[in-house]
Amino acid sequence: MDILSLFVVIPVLTVFAIMFAKNLEQTRWISATGMLIQLGLAAFLVFSYLHERNLGNTAQWLFTYDIVWFSSLNIHYTVGVDGISVAMIALTSIVVFAGIFASWEMKYLSREFFISLILLASGVFGFFISLDLFTMFLFYEVAVIPMYLLIGIWGSGPKEYSAMKLTLMLMGGSALIMVGLLGIYFNSDPTGAMNFTFNLNEIAERGIPIEAQRFFFPMTFLGFGVLGALFPFHTWSPDGHASAPTAVSMLHAGVLMKLGGYGAFRVAIYLMPQAAHEQAWIFIILTAVSVVYGAFGAVVQKDLKYINAYSSVSHCGLVLFAILMMNQTALNGAVIQMISHGLMTALFFALIGMIYGRTHTRLINEMGGLMKIIPFLGVVYVIAGLASLGLPGLSGFVAEMTIFVGAYQHPDTFHRVVTIMATTSIVVTAVYILRVVGILLLGPVRNEHHLHLSDAVWWERLSTLTLLVSIAAIGIAPLWLSDMINFSLKPIVERIVAIL
Amino acid sequence: MTNYSYTLLIPLIPLAIFLITGLAGHKFKPIVSGLTGTMGLTIAAFLSYTTAIRYFFIDGPANGMYPQIKAVSTVWLRFTDTLHIDLGILIDPISVMMLVVVTTVSLMAHIYSLGYMKGERGFARFYSFLSLFSFSMLGLVLATNIFQMYIFWELVGVSSFLLIGFYYEKPSAVAASKKAFIVTRFADLGFLIGILMLSFTTNTFDFITLTSTSGPIIAAPAGAAFVGISVVSWALILVFIGGAGKSAMFPLHIWLPDAMEGPTPVSALIHAATMVVAGVYLVARLFPAYALAAPDALHVVAWVGGFSSLFAAVIAITQIDIKRVLAFSTMSQIGYMMMALGVSGYGDHEGLGYMASMFHLFTHAMFKALLFLGAGSIIHAVHSNNMTDMGGLRKYLPITHITFLIACLTIAGIPPLSGFWSKDEILAAALHHNPALFAIGIGVAGLTAFYMFRLYYNVFWGQERHYHHTPHESPLVMTIPLMFLAFAAVFSGFLPFSHLVTSDLKTFETHTDLAVAIPSVLIALVGIGVATVMYRKPNSLPDRVSSSIKGLYTASFRKFWIDEVYQFVTKKIIFSGVSRPIAWFDRHVIDDTMNAVGWLVVTTSERIKGFQSGQVQQYAAVFVSSVVLLVLVFVYLFSN
Amino acid sequence: MMTQGIPLYYFLIISTLMFFIGIFGFLTRRNLITMLMSIELVLNSVNINFVAFNSYLFPHRMQGQFFSLIVIAVAAAEAAVAIAIIINIYRNFRSIETDKVNEMKY
Repeated sequence: MDILSLFVVIPVLTVFAIMFAKNLEQTRWISATGMLIQLGLAAFLVFSYLHERNLGNTAQWLFTYDIVWFSSLNIHYTVGVDGISVAMIALTSIVVFAGIFASWEMKYLSREFFISLILLASGVFGFFISLDLFTMFLFYEVAVIPMYLLIGIWGSGPKEYSAMKLTLMLMGGSALIMVGLLGIYFNSDPTGAMNFTFNLNEIAERGIPIEAQRFFFPMTFLGFGVLGALFPFHTWSPDGHASAPTAVSMLHAGVLMKLGGYGAFRVAIYLMPQAAHEQAWIFIILTAVSVVYGAFGAVVQKDLKYINAYSSVSHCGLVLFAILMMNQTALNGAVIQMISHGLMTALFFALIGMIYGRTHTRLINEMGGLMKIIPFLGVVYVIAGLASLGLPGLSGFVAEMTIFVGAYQHPDTFHRVVTIMATTSIVVTAVYILRVVGILLLGPVRNEHHLHLSDAVWWERLSTLTLLVSIAAIGIAPLWLSDMINFSLKPIVERIVAIL
Repeated sequence: MTNYSYTLLIPLIPLAIFLITGLAGHKFKPIVSGLTGTMGLTIAAFLSYTTAIRYFFIDGPANGMYPQIKAVSTVWLRFTDTLHIDLGILIDPISVMMLVVVTTVSLMAHIYSLGYMKGERGFARFYSFLSLFSFSMLGLVLATNIFQMYIFWELVGVSSFLLIGFYYEKPSAVAASKKAFIVTRFADLGFLIGILMLSFTTNTFDFITLTSTSGPIIAAPAGAAFVGISVVSWALILVFIGGAGKSAMFPLHIWLPDAMEGPTPVSALIHAATMVVAGVYLVARLFPAYALAAPDALHVVAWVGGFSSLFAAVIAITQIDIKRVLAFSTMSQIGYMMMALGVSGYGDHEGLGYMASMFHLFTHAMFKALLFLGAGSIIHAVHSNNMTDMGGLRKYLPITHITFLIACLTIAGIPPLSGFWSKDEILAAALHHNPALFAIGIGVAGLTAFYMFRLYYNVFWGQERHYHHTPHESPLVMTIPLMFLAFAAVFSGFLPFSHLVTSDLKTFETHTDLAVAIPSVLIALVGIGVATVMYRKPNSLPDRVSSSIKGLYTASFRKFWIDEVYQFVTKKIIFSGVSRPIAWFDRHVIDDTMNAVGWLVVTTSERIKGFQSGQVQQYAAVFVSSVVLLVLVFVYLFSN
Repeated sequence: MMTQGIPLYYFLIISTLMFFIGIFGFLTRRNLITMLMSIELVLNSVNINFVAFNSYLFPHRMQGQFFSLIVIAVAAAEAAVAIAIIINIYRNFRSIETDKVNEMKY
């Protein structure tokens, strides 16, 4: 068994173990143990990856493992990681770990809840380690489908509607991706020998005919873009997040939306650079609109989760925006932004869940002055907010600045002008973050029933602090992460530049 | 040559104290945090003084030029091979001068707060925020590159946000902190875009490269132009917008008066002496680029500075909250500094304005901090910010009274106090380059003298009010900083600035120009005289004057309705005009399109579900007839 | 052979008649048993075709007749299953009229 497959196997084993759990107590401890092992494994992966690189291993993919799965169609189970996937795996394990503790008190059908949650996580891990497009798509579906159950059963508000909307829109995206992947597959042999392949690297080396790229690039990009909340296919996000239970929002915004950005980069841009170059301008406009539109949309929302969902639209728009710039700095920024936003938004949703659990409302107008009553959650909320508006020393700043500097290095004036438009989001972000902080946490206590709320308990502290420490660590010392990603981006960008 | 790497300790000590008191402050008695902070700052101040003495007097200029030394530098984040954010320490005349200013005023504020904030809830929090601010400000002044400056620029912004909103249960303080952050953030957007444009043209962030006369901007300015102004000028104007936001220049000044909601030592430290001059410091940092590559941008600086200075002085005349008078006075004085930079040239005596601006920055930090701390002492005694609640306090607060008077005379520009010397150099530079700005400068000098003495007489003379309890002089921890700063305000004017801080790092000689000094002193005396007549004894003259110029008085009192304009822009345009329509559009157009797709599918299936009747024979009939139909079709198709 | 004198189309006519009588019965009768009987008619019309074509086209081979035998066997099994289903339906619905047994809709 290779180390990467463990990332899929451990969640599955955890799921089996949970099936034998007798009560909530056992269920959550089994989940926590499984995900703690997963977190340790991720840490081990990061260290061994860096160690390999330090030893001078310059192969594009490390820890590769390949077995034939279905030989007549040349489908393989191929895994391997580079700096980008390692970073994403680390993000996922942190968010899942924090998510388990954030749903510590999930009393209703707890076994089934944790099973679905961890199953979803295994899909996400599988997606990040796959190098074979077919396996990648399989894991993608594994990650997306449990979402329906998680929102539909354990959600709140109009949960059936939201779950259905979210699933259908994402399935629509999946359908596009499916067509795109098949298109890539059937165009993967320019020699005409019908020797097709799903393998990412082989396809990249062989190249896809430009005519096919023109047709399949927009499909693939849009398909992944739906999951990355690309305007105007983002409306599943506010409703879905608002109805989802805490841990699901965390996982969904923190990790699942990153599948969109990661897929758009790995599949759409990496395999079809010429078409990407030709058609980028359309999507650059769409993503720039996402960035600004999401931020403005968040300014007037009243529900905490809606604010955060629109904020996610804005931040994830920035990821896709940077990916489309197709230069090394911007792509690096995109990956850092994925990680940074993943941690930040997970933290936000965790805090919102905890606040909701106490006040039983998510409308900011019904709360006020909570800082005095629940100082721990208040302070963490403020720090998360500051990270979100890009305060130096926290991860958001690193990501946004890398993106802006990278995008502004583009030789084309059009790209630079759009970059300037996208930068205006930093002001609007400040407006909506401070608005929430001002109403929710500061000022006099507005609701007398809230005077006797209790502050965070240990599992809540553990969950939020895990995320907070990660955010601060990236913000204070970003160089190792940035260098790790840069090293892996170099061959990719060089190949793209050579093709163009 | 001295090794300056120990200067790393100067910002790191406050950082360490911030982390300790921030994370563990609630475990100790509050006073422990206060004393730790003060001790740390004392060490930092001592190190700064050592550095200043070494740099200016022991090492001195090498080959007639002060060296620019990168004491520490490490790569923090790498964008491309040439573009990377370094964190480091740049030692040169202005950074060393700022080190002294920041640590001195910060130390005074720390000591003063031991008395002023005594017994407040959140005493430890206050000190940890003060340390955070000191760290950020020191990082800002020591920055080796423009991106490092931006990083700390944002950090001082957030520390200012936290300290203005220190009384977070007070809605007005929350609103003020939010306003300060958002307005400066808006300005920072300009700064950021300016950085992006500069980095694109020059491919570097480094200050030494950017300002070097053989560097990419100055030696080879990029030819590309937009609306007749070169890209470099645009970039530098945008950078200046960032500076104007932080330094409360018109029209981005609206946050400064509201920022007075913060505790008074904070106003003294952040909103009078250090953070608000960051904009001036930024322009001074990039000064060679402004002067040699973008004279258009420098004109903008000069006129924005001159106008702000006059504008703020006019408003300061009518305000009744003593901290707001001082806030507008700060804005006016910073306008002076900006104007001085704007009228300056590069090199030798041409660079008089630059030297004067830095000189004024230094002296202003001392006397304005003194004014604010004095105001704090007054507020501490009478528990009100309002001038109408004060009067005749000179008997009760002798030390505060004397030091406040010194500060007022200093800011009015009475020789031989420090304000006179620095203001004189500014006016000389303005006269030399731009007579119109000189006229504004002289006018502002008169207004300044008038409104400061209006304040002084209203507080310490005039009619004695009914106080709830007899006002008493503040404790020694509060008066010692006052005395120290009064000392600095009196004597700092004798520092030979033209031998220390100059535009091209070389020294030059200055001499007092009587043609400038005499009118400026005269107009100051006139201002003081008018104020004495109007406010020394209670009389009806002020009311008669204000009612005779009712329109102007109201305009000034209402701060020319700039706040209302902003209110309109934010509430009506941003909220109601942009955000609400976007939210509506999202709910009702985009989302409904998605829902319409779902509705279409559901309706279609409703329509066709009648076929599934459950009647086996109906299915069979359809089946059979379809088969017959198909047979006919195929027979027709394939029979010929 | 005995059938030598009878032309093929006689068989085809009779089987076509049987087929459509069966279809008609299947579509019009409401009683499940009668419908089953109609299906038997359809099957047997096919059997007649098989046998007739076999003896006219390939008189020395037996495949057609074997097919008929298989069809008869299958029809028997089918009738057994169908009647079992009908009995169950009768138990549940107290009726074997098809228009009453229309739970499987929408």
